[in-house]
Amino acid sequence: MPERRARSLGILRASAGARVGAAILVVIGLCAAVPQLLAPIDPTEQRLLARFTPPLSRSADGTFAVLGTDQLGRDILSRLIFGARTSSLIGFAAVLIAGITGTVLGLLAGVRGGVWDHAVMRLADMQLAFPFILLAITVIGILGPSIRNLILVVGFANWAAYARVVRAETLAVRERPFVEAARSLGLTLPHLVARHILPNVSASLMVVATFGIAGAILAEAGLSFLGLGVPVAIPSWGGMLAEGRQYVDTRYWLALFPGAALFMTVMAINLVGDTLRDAFDPYLHVRRSLDQL
Amino acid sequence: MIAYLCQRLAWALLVLVGISGIVFVVVHLSGDPAALYMGPEGTREDYQLLRSALGFDRPLPEQYGLFLWRAARGDFGRSLRHRQPTLPLVLARFPATLALTAAAMLLAVLLALPLGLLSAIRRKSVLDAGSMMFALAGQCMPTFWLGILLILIFAVQLRWLPVYGGDSASAIVLPAVTLGVWAMARTARITRSSMLDVLPQDFLRTARAKGLGEWAVMLRHALRNCAIPIVTALGLELGNLLGGAVITEAVFAYPGIGRLAVEAVINKDVPLIEAVVLTVGAAVLLLNILVDLVYVALDPRVRLA
Repeated sequence: MPERRARSLGILRASAGARVGAAILVVIGLCAAVPQLLAPIDPTEQRLLARFTPPLSRSADGTFAVLGTDQLGRDILSRLIFGARTSSLIGFAAVLIAGITGTVLGLLAGVRGGVWDHAVMRLADMQLAFPFILLAITVIGILGPSIRNLILVVGFANWAAYARVVRAETLAVRERPFVEAARSLGLTLPHLVARHILPNVSASLMVVATFGIAGAILAEAGLSFLGLGVPVAIPSWGGMLAEGRQYVDTRYWLALFPGAALFMTVMAINLVGDTLRDAFDPYLHVRRSLDQL
Repeated sequence: MIAYLCQRLAWALLVLVGISGIVFVVVHLSGDPAALYMGPEGTREDYQLLRSALGFDRPLPEQYGLFLWRAARGDFGRSLRHRQPTLPLVLARFPATLALTAAAMLLAVLLALPLGLLSAIRRKSVLDAGSMMFALAGQCMPTFWLGILLILIFAVQLRWLPVYGGDSASAIVLPAVTLGVWAMARTARITRSSMLDVLPQDFLRTARAKGLGEWAVMLRHALRNCAIPIVTALGLELGNLLGGAVITEAVFAYPGIGRLAVEAVINKDVPLIEAVVLTVGAAVLLLNILVDLVYVALDPRVRLA
């Protein structure tokens, strides 16, 4: 394991894209952690005198707005910084729900096999065959938009990918000699799962979860854009885009910056995720070294 | 073949029943479905009348059974907002969304295949790096933001294309680009990676040794062997495209089924929501079955059993 970790760190150091991605994620992480220290002013403060201030200019009431202000005179940079907290919170929480549900069901399918395996995999097929957004707008539309409902819907709608990965890895690990040895030593099933199977699937899970966070953030923003996500009072990138869309013909900055923040975040996660996948995928190493011959 | 089709159709039906179950449970989780139908302005007598007329006072399993029985006959009830049966409303919006999806898919394929092919052949060139950067950016682009950017550039600044109005043919261009970019990016990446798997294989050397031109080798022998992964990816994209149309149509005020769905949800028009979800769901499941049938045509080794 230490050797593998060193190798993955080596690749992280080597790839320029991943370095840029990681740097962006550090900035986003800081914004999400301590927005009140970084934001120039309160993101919900409305200043009617300072409405529609263009970026890099001074508004009518004398304050300087780096990224401009919106239709209520709220500072866009401050709203972006607080929006990072909303996106990260929902992204992480949804992935946690999806990951735990998927891992439990995947373990059930992989370890128990038989009817359990069949049932879980058919359920996953069912989930993957149906467009997520349709079900999401239905559930949220009827239950009402709130951060909690958003997390639950995005979380429970994405368990299938985790279940598939965990099941596949469990089936592969189950037959390996060390697991057989552990079993013949009389280890109980929970112990076997915790000590031998979970550590072996954790790398793959981490890669799926990384991409999952990007997906969850996009889903959250999409639903907020439709007015079915984060309530309007809380700053969120999707919500800012939805408001900015109405003014796109004359005040481009309202929609431009939140979209750019979203794009950069998802791009950064993907760049880091690609590198993680390359680092943890043993087959790729073989292919890569063959390339160099 | 027939047995396989029946099996697939039965499975699709089962998925639809599952989905309808979820929708049914959610509607009842919201508290009182009769109140959803009623809206805030009804009186107590109206409420009691509505409750018994729509059967909300019956036991839940009986209600669900009745709902399924009606849905099987295409009867999803009357729309609360439009005051008419829901199924014709949904079907009237279908052609616009299908046209949008088809245009997006066409665009994705026409761009993705050459991009993927060229970057695989000229591997590690500037072209490869550029087109893969483009593909990565396409995959990270939030649909609604791309739509807004396109409106800003092509409709507001350059005034080349109209933003709204589904009548003229050019009105479909911006929505189709917006919707298709994600599928294009994904397909380009898959084309490249499956070409890279095929390129070093012996049968290509044989084809060259026969004296075939390089383009014939690439198109007739290499690309053809990538057909299965590409078609698989495109098939999965079909579902995503129909789902993604919800957001794209919202951005462009495009009069398709996605906008109908969002309107239904915002108005809490429960019968219309049920009709849209189950109809679009059925369409996606049928398209997936069609994609599987395409495999047989593409690869003689595939046997349906």
